[in-house]
Amino acid sequence: MSTTKKKKVRSQSRARKVSLGATYTVLIVLGIIWLVPLIWIVLSAFRCEYHEDGTFIGTVSSNFFPRQIGFKNFKDLFTESYYGVPYAFPKWMLNTLIIAVIDCVISTFLVLSVAYCMSKLKFKLRKTFMNVTMILGLFPGFMSMIAIYFLLKSIGLTGNPQHPEYSVIGLVLAYSAGAGLGFQIAKGFFDVIPNALVESAKLDGCTNFKIFRRIILPLAKPIIIYQALMSFTGPWMDFIFAKVIIGADNARYWTVSVGLYSMLFGTHPDTNLFTQFAAGCVIVAIPIVTLFMFLQQYYVEGVTAGAVKG
Amino acid sequence: MASKKKAAPKDKANRVSVFERIGKAFSDFGKRFVDGSLGTKLSHFIFGAGNIYHKQYIKGLLFFLLQAGILVLMIACPTINGTPYGWKALRNLSLSQEKGYVSEGGDFDPETGDFTVGSDCKLIILFGFVTIAMIIIYFLIWNMNIKSSVKADNDKKIGKKPATFREDLAELLDGKFHVLMLTPTCIAAAVFTILPTVFMIALAFTSYNSQDMNDLGTNLFRWNGLQNFRAVFTGEGSLGFEIKNRFLPVLGWTFIWAILATFTCYFGGIILALLINKKGLRGKKIFRTVFIFTIAVPQFISLLAVRNLLGEYGPFNQMLKNMGVITESVGFLGLRPGDSEILAKVMVIIVNMWVGIPYTMLMTSGILMNIPTDLYEAARVDGASTVKMFFKITLPYVIFITTPYLISSFVGNINSFNTIFLLTGGGPTYTGYQAGGTDLLVTWLYKVTIDQGSYNTGAVIGIFTFIITATITLVTYRRSKAYNEEDTFQ
Repeated sequence: MSTTKKKKVRSQSRARKVSLGATYTVLIVLGIIWLVPLIWIVLSAFRCEYHEDGTFIGTVSSNFFPRQIGFKNFKDLFTESYYGVPYAFPKWMLNTLIIAVIDCVISTFLVLSVAYCMSKLKFKLRKTFMNVTMILGLFPGFMSMIAIYFLLKSIGLTGNPQHPEYSVIGLVLAYSAGAGLGFQIAKGFFDVIPNALVESAKLDGCTNFKIFRRIILPLAKPIIIYQALMSFTGPWMDFIFAKVIIGADNARYWTVSVGLYSMLFGTHPDTNLFTQFAAGCVIVAIPIVTLFMFLQQYYVEGVTAGAVKG
Repeated sequence: MASKKKAAPKDKANRVSVFERIGKAFSDFGKRFVDGSLGTKLSHFIFGAGNIYHKQYIKGLLFFLLQAGILVLMIACPTINGTPYGWKALRNLSLSQEKGYVSEGGDFDPETGDFTVGSDCKLIILFGFVTIAMIIIYFLIWNMNIKSSVKADNDKKIGKKPATFREDLAELLDGKFHVLMLTPTCIAAAVFTILPTVFMIALAFTSYNSQDMNDLGTNLFRWNGLQNFRAVFTGEGSLGFEIKNRFLPVLGWTFIWAILATFTCYFGGIILALLINKKGLRGKKIFRTVFIFTIAVPQFISLLAVRNLLGEYGPFNQMLKNMGVITESVGFLGLRPGDSEILAKVMVIIVNMWVGIPYTMLMTSGILMNIPTDLYEAARVDGASTVKMFFKITLPYVIFITTPYLISSFVGNINSFNTIFLLTGGGPTYTGYQAGGTDLLVTWLYKVTIDQGSYNTGAVIGIFTFIITATITLVTYRRSKAYNEEDTFQ
């Protein structure tokens, strides 16, 4: 009897081992599939091949692994001029950084304040406000994007011939103005903070402002970090909004994504810029990915909350 | 069903209360005027008079300045870029060329010696709406000012001193904290979300189409009613041919895309999460990190990488050639005209899985770990297989919790601009049409407006997109638990 039981246990453990082994294989294959395009971009960034007549090959290459590697693409990126703008790439990086920092501060503040009101304060138009936000969110962003461009242009915050640099302000406004309407995830977070905490503070004579500053904000660190991460990385990841708002002929004030896209498909596309494009992608991706990896825990928390709150 | 029954009487109660409220507002209006003090009566005409009467000088002055400011703007009609605000903006909103409200410009002006500048119709509409908003704000402030005066009256009646300005400010940090906190967002949303949306909706009822305007040699456009909506059926107008023939195919593909993209990523993500969370598996963290890594890379980078990887001269085609599977490059993404549309569609959905699965994986991981384990143990005792447990326990549980996400991700996919624009650019293209084989309504909207300058047609497409997403969301979301029991969680 004991031997049959042992056999059963052994066969069970073997079946488990097989299924575990299969899982490992599947996961490793999937992992490779997921990483291949990214690895390829990194390899392309270091590609440093020349034709026989000595001209540099910057195009998409049909061989996955480069035959020669070097730092020429990175060096060119920081020294060459694109679209008639000297040192264009560092300038694009700087523009994006400025926009991202300001947007991060404004957006996070707006989101937190709206989320707190919606979650912990009772007032007359609360439900109306929530319904209106939901309906506004259903319009395709592009529809309003074109109108925002006209609007900013009419007040000189983009396409301004005297002050082309104002378009950076315009883009910051365009990014952060609507941020308060994206309060749902933060509200979900505040909903979990027990109301009793707020009530008892109120009994002790705390004003709503004091409750927000002394009780809610210290507890809200994870959601603050999540919102800050999202709004900081937004301008680095967004492409189409920046393209429409800043405009095609204002290359000095592009963000980095518009610049990199234009290297491949711009008004004067140069097919020989692919490897430099790849190098630019690597430079942009490194800080963003590092941020994500450091703040992974908060990101996961926010995403999970978003699953339930929509 | 149960929720519907519950909701019905609530709706009815709301409807009654809306009428009651309107009626009450009118009777209040009369009562306030008759019963109010001299200050309150004056407040109906001069903002802040009531407050000044009650010695709330700063508040009264602020109200008065607001009234004066808006009235000056309305009457003086300052112009920006040659387009006026104020009552002239309201008049010009008719875009009437016959009455001379808008003009081509280019006429010699004997007074200044310059040529007159033509009207900018889109700015006229924009400023017209701003002026209407200003009038609404005027009456809101009017109401606030009377209310504040009535409150001071009442305070006096019961022997309380009307609130000082400092007390009012302190109240902003406590009882009226929501006003302080919501005002920035309300202003920003009104200017950068509501105004643009209303403006674009309005353009759908105009003849704002650069091509038509060029053909007619004019820089003006006018209101043309429902003509642009009719074009979907009749094919009239400069883009009518395109709209009539391509609308249904694009709409159909948008739907198929949204359904397939949502569900492939959703179930793919759940399966991946189950694989990674499998008992006894080591290196969970490494696997998770690999997939989070791909989320962290900006989409324009990863999508353009895939586009070139799969492109005509890319390594994937080369690899297939080396293996002898193909002799000529295959247009996987329909980047050349004449490439297969079906293949491009299939590839877009596959690549989208590559983009979307890690995200769902991350999201569902936490939920999977929260499923009570005794459910599984009970099932195991009953002899249920792993597959059966997945369909009977795991899936219902996850779907139940993530319904709001499913809806918003479906809507997100209908508006999924990046994936299509960066991957295929809407290709394969067809001669004579803007909309290619893989174009969604949003990418089509982009091409029609930004590339073609046909703003009215673009607005029509946008309105249709809104109708679709709104219908789906309202029907599903309003029935969901998350909506109906929103405040029970607080």
